[in-house]
Amino acid sequence: MATTVDARGLSCPQPVLMTLDEIKSGADKEIIVLVDTDTSRENVTRAAESQGCSVKDVRPDDGGYRLTIVKG
Amino acid sequence: MDAVKRFFAGRWGIISVGAFIGVLAALLQYWGNPANMGICVACFERDISGALGLHRAAVVQYMRPEIIGFVLGALAAAYLFSEFRPRAGSAPIVRFILGVFAMIGALVFLGCPWRAVLRLAGGDGNAILGLAGLVAGIWIGALFLKKGYNLGRAQATYTSVGWLMPLVMAGFLVLMLIYPKVAGEPQSGVLFYSLKGPGSMHAPLVVSLVAGLVIGLLAQRSRFCTMGAIRDLLLFRQTHLASGFLALVLFAFLANLLLGQFKPGFVGQPVAHTMHLWNFMGMLLAGLAFALAGGCPGRQLFMAGEGDGDAAVFVFGMIVGAAFAHNFGLASSPAGVGPNGIAAVFVGLAVCLFIGFTMRKTAR
Repeated sequence: MATTVDARGLSCPQPVLMTLDEIKSGADKEIIVLVDTDTSRENVTRAAESQGCSVKDVRPDDGGYRLTIVKG
Repeated sequence: MDAVKRFFAGRWGIISVGAFIGVLAALLQYWGNPANMGICVACFERDISGALGLHRAAVVQYMRPEIIGFVLGALAAAYLFSEFRPRAGSAPIVRFILGVFAMIGALVFLGCPWRAVLRLAGGDGNAILGLAGLVAGIWIGALFLKKGYNLGRAQATYTSVGWLMPLVMAGFLVLMLIYPKVAGEPQSGVLFYSLKGPGSMHAPLVVSLVAGLVIGLLAQRSRFCTMGAIRDLLLFRQTHLASGFLALVLFAFLANLLLGQFKPGFVGQPVAHTMHLWNFMGMLLAGLAFALAGGCPGRQLFMAGEGDGDAAVFVFGMIVGAAFAHNFGLASSPAGVGPNGIAAVFVGLAVCLFIGFTMRKTAR
């Protein structure tokens, strides 16, 4: 079961802060991040990769994106 | 299209955009914009405020086409790459107030973050104090962000909401065409035009507009942000945006050298004063306000162009803030701070701290 971080409607740096929080403190190996802008998608991807995680999947979702991040 | 997207999202994308803006800013000075002010988002919005007659400081009144271009260029880029997302409703009144005080802080220093680095690239040592203040302000903002400061969620909304700011800018351009500058006349129809001072110095309209459009396009793609550059470095040790900001300084410096526009020193610098403490404090206030609002003044224009109604409110806050700054004697001049500038900095800091401490709703 993956944890979901809902960052829709929030502008940066909030989506990145929320994702990093989950990467650092969450128990699940997989994190789903919901964002609504391309900027947030890029920023979250960049931040996750800088933490040694990989972005397994990005798909359009409800006018935004649904990112699946796997902890490294 | 995808390859273009990937390039601009990457390291070399942001670096080339920063370098391009740096060179273009130096050239705009060469073509007529005020010294060390090739592009200054705060100064130019202040000039727009003056052109509209919201303040009557006769030396800073001109409808700057660069600003119009920033918004319309970002709009074009957003549509070209299917990124136009009309959204609004994230604490608009707070964004307006932050815009007002961001402008007041910037006018105590005499420049936004863009101009701070352009001043440095032109040899103005006073910019160092401003940049130090900017970093300090953003650092305070980053502390609030770490503690859960948050303006709340925006909602997706009607397309027309996202179009309002671009339409206002298009309207400003139309006004400029209907009421063009008349040599020796301080007013043309409803618009004011400076006869002397920085407001009278500008590149030709078409040059300014095209420069603005191209920068708007590129900056929307690369998410160029001067405040974000420093914030991400402090908050995440991330250097992505910072590399673009550094490229801007470096290339503006090199272009200034080549064009003979580099004049190192502290005294007698163009549109600058030497009151170190207030250069620092003005930018500290501006930096904090930008950090709390989530973007430098340029980035706010680009976001307004891609449909962000809250960023548009911040922009109007800055334009109104410029009117307050000149009507109330808050803005500095080469002689030093305005009669009420120091008081305004303290009021602004108190307001920003109030916002930072009280708006901590956790998003989840």
